[in-house]
Amino acid sequence: MSQNKYWQSFGEVNDPENFKKMAQDEFHEELPFESFDDKGLLDAKAPRRDFLKYLGFSTAAAAIAAGCKIPERKVFPYGNKPENMVPGVAKYYATTYVQDGDVIPVLAKVRDGRPIKIEGNDLCSFTNGGTSARCQASVLDLYDMYRLRYPQHRVAAATDTEPAKFEEFPTFEQADKAIAEAMTAAGGTTVLLTSTIVSPTTKDIISKYSGLKHVQYDADSYSGMLLANEASGFGKKLPSYNFGAAKVIVSIGADFLGTWLSPVEFAKGYSKGRKIDEKNPEMSKHYHFEGHLSMTGSNADERFTHRPSETGAVALDLLSMINGTEETQTIKDEKLEEGIRKAAADLKAHQGQALVVCGSNDKNIQIIVNAINNAIGAYGTTIDWGKPVNYRQGIDSEIEELVAQMEAGQVGTLMIAGANPSYTYYNAAKFNAALKKVKVTVSFNGKMDETTEQCEYAIPTHHYLESWGDAEPKAGVTSFIQPAIHPLFKTRAYQTSLLKWSGNDADYDTYFREYWTGKLGSDGFNAALQNGIKEDEATSGGGSYSGAGLAEAVSAVAAAKKGSGTEVVLYQKVSIGTGAQAGNPWLQELPDPVSKATWDNYALISIPKAKELGIKLNNDYEYYPQKPLVKITVGGKDLILPILAIPGMQADTIAIAVGYGRNDASGVTAAGIGQNVYDLVQYNGTTVDFAVSGATLENTGDKYKIAQTQKHNSYENRKEVVRETTLKSFKASPTVIPDFSNKLEEDFYNNSGGNFRGNATLYPDPETRMTELRWGMSIDMNACYGCGACVVACHAENNVPVVGKREVLRYHDMHWLRIDRYFITDENDADNLKGVVFQPMLCQHCDNAPCENVCPVAATNHSSEGINQMAYNRCIGTRYCANNCPYKVRRFNWADYTGADSFPNNRDQQIVGKLDSVIEQMNDDVTRMVLNPDVTVRSRGVMEKCSFCVQKLQAAKLEAKKENRMLQDGDAKTACQMACSADAIVFGNVYDEASAVAKTREENKNRTFHVLEQLHVLPNITYMAKIRNVDEDDPHWGGGHEGGEHGNEEGGHESEEHKADSTLPSATHVEESEH
Amino acid sequence: MIPCKPTGSKLKIIFLSFFVFSVFQVFAQGDVAAGKAIFNSKCASCHQVLKDGTGPALAGVESRHNWSDHNELLKWVNNPAAYMANDSYTQGLKTKFGSMMTGFADVTLTDIGNVVAYINDAATPKTPTGGSGGGEPQKTTNNALIFGIISLILGIIALILMQVNSNLKKMSDDAEGIVRPEPVPFYRNKIYIALLAIIFFIVGGYLVAKGAIGLGRQKDYQPEQPIFYSHKVHAGINQISCLYCHGGAWDSKHAAIPSVNVCMNCHKAINEYTKGPKLYRENGDEVDGTAEIAKLYKAAGFDPNNPNAWDPSKAQPIEWTKIHNLPDHVYFNHSQHIRAGKVQCQSCHGEITAMDEVKQVADLSMGWCINCHRQTKVDFNYTDSTGNKFYSIYERFHNDIKAGKMDSVTVEHIGGLECQKCHY
Repeated sequence: MSQNKYWQSFGEVNDPENFKKMAQDEFHEELPFESFDDKGLLDAKAPRRDFLKYLGFSTAAAAIAAGCKIPERKVFPYGNKPENMVPGVAKYYATTYVQDGDVIPVLAKVRDGRPIKIEGNDLCSFTNGGTSARCQASVLDLYDMYRLRYPQHRVAAATDTEPAKFEEFPTFEQADKAIAEAMTAAGGTTVLLTSTIVSPTTKDIISKYSGLKHVQYDADSYSGMLLANEASGFGKKLPSYNFGAAKVIVSIGADFLGTWLSPVEFAKGYSKGRKIDEKNPEMSKHYHFEGHLSMTGSNADERFTHRPSETGAVALDLLSMINGTEETQTIKDEKLEEGIRKAAADLKAHQGQALVVCGSNDKNIQIIVNAINNAIGAYGTTIDWGKPVNYRQGIDSEIEELVAQMEAGQVGTLMIAGANPSYTYYNAAKFNAALKKVKVTVSFNGKMDETTEQCEYAIPTHHYLESWGDAEPKAGVTSFIQPAIHPLFKTRAYQTSLLKWSGNDADYDTYFREYWTGKLGSDGFNAALQNGIKEDEATSGGGSYSGAGLAEAVSAVAAAKKGSGTEVVLYQKVSIGTGAQAGNPWLQELPDPVSKATWDNYALISIPKAKELGIKLNNDYEYYPQKPLVKITVGGKDLILPILAIPGMQADTIAIAVGYGRNDASGVTAAGIGQNVYDLVQYNGTTVDFAVSGATLENTGDKYKIAQTQKHNSYENRKEVVRETTLKSFKASPTVIPDFSNKLEEDFYNNSGGNFRGNATLYPDPETRMTELRWGMSIDMNACYGCGACVVACHAENNVPVVGKREVLRYHDMHWLRIDRYFITDENDADNLKGVVFQPMLCQHCDNAPCENVCPVAATNHSSEGINQMAYNRCIGTRYCANNCPYKVRRFNWADYTGADSFPNNRDQQIVGKLDSVIEQMNDDVTRMVLNPDVTVRSRGVMEKCSFCVQKLQAAKLEAKKENRMLQDGDAKTACQMACSADAIVFGNVYDEASAVAKTREENKNRTFHVLEQLHVLPNITYMAKIRNVDEDDPHWGGGHEGGEHGNEEGGHESEEHKADSTLPSATHVEESEH
Repeated sequence: MIPCKPTGSKLKIIFLSFFVFSVFQVFAQGDVAAGKAIFNSKCASCHQVLKDGTGPALAGVESRHNWSDHNELLKWVNNPAAYMANDSYTQGLKTKFGSMMTGFADVTLTDIGNVVAYINDAATPKTPTGGSGGGEPQKTTNNALIFGIISLILGIIALILMQVNSNLKKMSDDAEGIVRPEPVPFYRNKIYIALLAIIFFIVGGYLVAKGAIGLGRQKDYQPEQPIFYSHKVHAGINQISCLYCHGGAWDSKHAAIPSVNVCMNCHKAINEYTKGPKLYRENGDEVDGTAEIAKLYKAAGFDPNNPNAWDPSKAQPIEWTKIHNLPDHVYFNHSQHIRAGKVQCQSCHGEITAMDEVKQVADLSMGWCINCHRQTKVDFNYTDSTGNKFYSIYERFHNDIKAGKMDSVTVEHIGGLECQKCHY
């Protein structure tokens, strides 16, 4: 039986010899060192004298700069201090993140009047405090310097060379007057085009606006599902899904952990089934069928690929097999057929505990999926029609009708809020042309996006953190929005505009307050605002299943045209989504969970396709960021995109992310990054389709740099980093991990008679250096799905700088917390993907830390509470610590990313190289308001890394002291822990036996391991091994592999390690057998 | 030419006495410094050395009552109520000053000794130790300066004498007819040059290092504020609690300067300054208190003739000059020190109740912080009834205290010297 191999880059799997060689070379690019050739030192470009001149000058400059008089600093107390406001103390306001149909109840942390961090609202029963990366990053959008700052009207339309020119309205009254006059003159119908409105008060306002026609349009459309549900007797609605109640989950192309419908809620439910009780190891089983490798697919137990055009066929065959047929009707691929058979059998065996979801936007396919869900008893158990959701209600045909009316000149006034059809509509040119025929066009969007540029009036609305409002994500659940800051710019809630223009003089704040005090009373309203969320019992039964449309749907799907050639599937990235938050630097720099690429979109292609195009997937392919540019021709359009080859793609499928290629006015972060592919979307008469077939690919021979973050954090082939196995193997030999640890200790004892933990070091036993407080973290890899919310939360909490694409390309990314992605494939076939492991990697806070004893100035050392502490102002930047860190988690400030240097404009330096303009954006005075005042902003030349959010730990301790009580478990939480919607991270005092972290370790002894334990660095972070629910033996999980030559020794204890290796459940053996 | 030839032994004596003297100085300062720290943290809120405050002046304390016995003094300080029960002298003090002294159970006999040493030191009028009249106008003697001048003079004398010596030698050689090579002039004498270079290096290095350490430090910084606000009048004479205005110190990292509406709470009624002592600026100019109150009214938009028309929301902030500045990489939390640490404001800000214009008393250097963290005891819950329950977690210390291995827990013991207690 062939072995599994864990790998991060193609070099490792295809050319391990060279990979090792290259891994030893610290710098992969030519270094700008001048060689001292025969010309001698003085003839070199920078001879000794110059050096001395610079040295002298910089010393003198430093002396002058430092010796100047200390500047006089002023303090401004309040004139009249608000009663409940203490400078320096953070306040939390319950509010709601609403964007593109995502609704997440949150708390905004407000320090000295400015929101600086978003936390989940744990009073919400379905998100329970979970957040997403985009939700975490939304606080930065508030301070976006490219937001529109005042109401304006267009004075000159855009030409080919010049962007449109706008002029300010000095007051909103003047804007109201001008627009009212124009609307009267225009006549015709008045239409409001929005993304789905989830706010009850806004719906109320719209319904009271006489003569207003409301059209909802969502960039990521769920029309197919809405129409299918209507046909199946549930009405034009979407249900609530309960992934926690499902023992078997089948997803046909639905990325429900990343981007599909309500990922935060689903991740929470899904993790219930994925966490393992060791005494009785059971977990839910997740089958995934898809064309490209999505984040959710990466987490599946069993994953099968198919062409995007075969989605219907897969659903149909699944239905017929559940209904009893033996053979698949349309699917011919054997592996896929086997997968469908297995899934069908499992679904049938779990009546009432199973769930099928499908990401397709095709009505007929969704009708078939409804039939499957009905057959497996999902309705009423895992699918709840009592709480239908209110987001993503847009119907594709409605905007088609609207565009037709606009073209016909029937629309007099078009108002647009929260939608950007000039960018997201599949035929933007057609929309723009139709827009020109509308006499009055008003955009309420917050930025000068593609649609606003085309409109005559731009009346910017507030950011949600500046707004009053409400959102009703599901029936009976209302989440409130209250402002956390006074509006930064001259903006106005668009609801106020609607009220005024419909003749109601109240502003929206008043309207909203009166609406809810009328319903809840003033105390009830205040309580609801304070909690942020109000949940009522389920309202209705919501209809019952009817199979009426099924036969028609089946024949339609069966008759659907087969896909040909290469198929293109358009997907959303977890970070960028539909592109509404593309101007957010934190999100652009967040590596994609699967491709680990930042700052770009690209075509994901399969390994066979790469071969077909003549692309060699070797070390050079991985090492150099230059990726081949491929010309993709499809549907009469062609575009040139770089490719990234990844395993687990259907051979003839390529995947491209939407949300890129934004206009210049959207800001330096998004403008010119990647390409817009919305124009590849096709409209089939009923719904839009995000997959197209018949594409041809051509290797242009040119290259383009993609900034990926994975390969430079390699572990020099130490692969014991990741531990994972199958459920079957885990049940058969549960104690493999503790055995490994015990073996280490035993061997140490046999050789030196000491205790492995306490004595295998030059220093005193680390335990004796601790007080009774010792911070530790446990990370459950079974509950980490790679979404990256923790990474963004860490950015926000710890002032982690953004470095820009150019710096990421030079491996200068600054993430304190990264999520490593490992592919598990067959050792002989890199495309035979068995699973993907996501491992959050951050400073391990080793008790015997290798970084500490190499620092010449003791800038990094250990605290008595187990924290590996970093004193920035002591650091002189030798980078020895980073070199000596086995986990590669230390980050060096190569340039002045944050503007914290004593010298102004220290970023403009030739030696550092040119930095991207996003750095300037992050250093804008408005943007800097997002910085956390409790955390030092690091300057150039110092090392930084995860601090376990020490500022929060200190604050928690102080709070306990002030209240004269002991510290309780849960008082101190790290930012990553709070952001995680799947509760994969547990943190606390490990010496407190009642603490969650101590309990988690105790209860999961058989899965808990330290990364690279044999190095004896004694980390304070433990991981819980990932278990895949596969009924297969994992050959190298405790399976008595006898040694062989060990690939790379960590020290002199060769013989010990050998013994230890015999139980080492890792891929090291794979390499051994290769030698 | 001076016809005189000093012997080497004389020089030696001069140098020796110089060293002995400085060593002695160092010893005396050690005691006093510790005493000063304790005095500032515990006594200074009520006592001054030379003048009566809330409590009696402490100068000459050993000469009063039976305080020359430090054990007695310790008993009194540890538990004033118990001591006073059968001691008429302290009862008299209570009658005189109106309140009983606060007890300090954690003060030890060594502490008492140190404090007394400090008081004696502070009470003795300082006279310049050297013969030079240069440092006369300064109240405190700058020893370093005097020693420097003495060394310089001695050095010059030594140099002259050596020159004289060599001249005399030359003259006697001439007289005796011994032919010697022409002596090297002193400015080309390599030994001199080397000596000079070494001295220059040491002095220069010392000055540079000292200057560099002092960069950004602002001890004694006393800027002029937009309004002559006297802490002496408010917190000293009128006994307004510090926290009334600087309430942030109780809740927040920032003590914060009070907003205008807080000033107006009292000054709506108090619109002139007539009763208190005359106020003077540092340069001796007299200050018109009433005019200063008028400046506050201007900022507040308050008309004393029409007080009911005042609208606090129209008040404009006053632009004060910040005195105590910490670098950005230091995290300092007032509530941590005031509320959890129970440190008096005066420990760091000095005798603020006696200051008209506020001056920075401590240098706010890291060494200063660390020193306090080494000495200061935390509010440890030695028994169930006293101290902060937070510290219950430190079982090891509790056991050690029970076993008599340690008698108190300092900030240092619980990790108060670690980098990430203040830098993060």
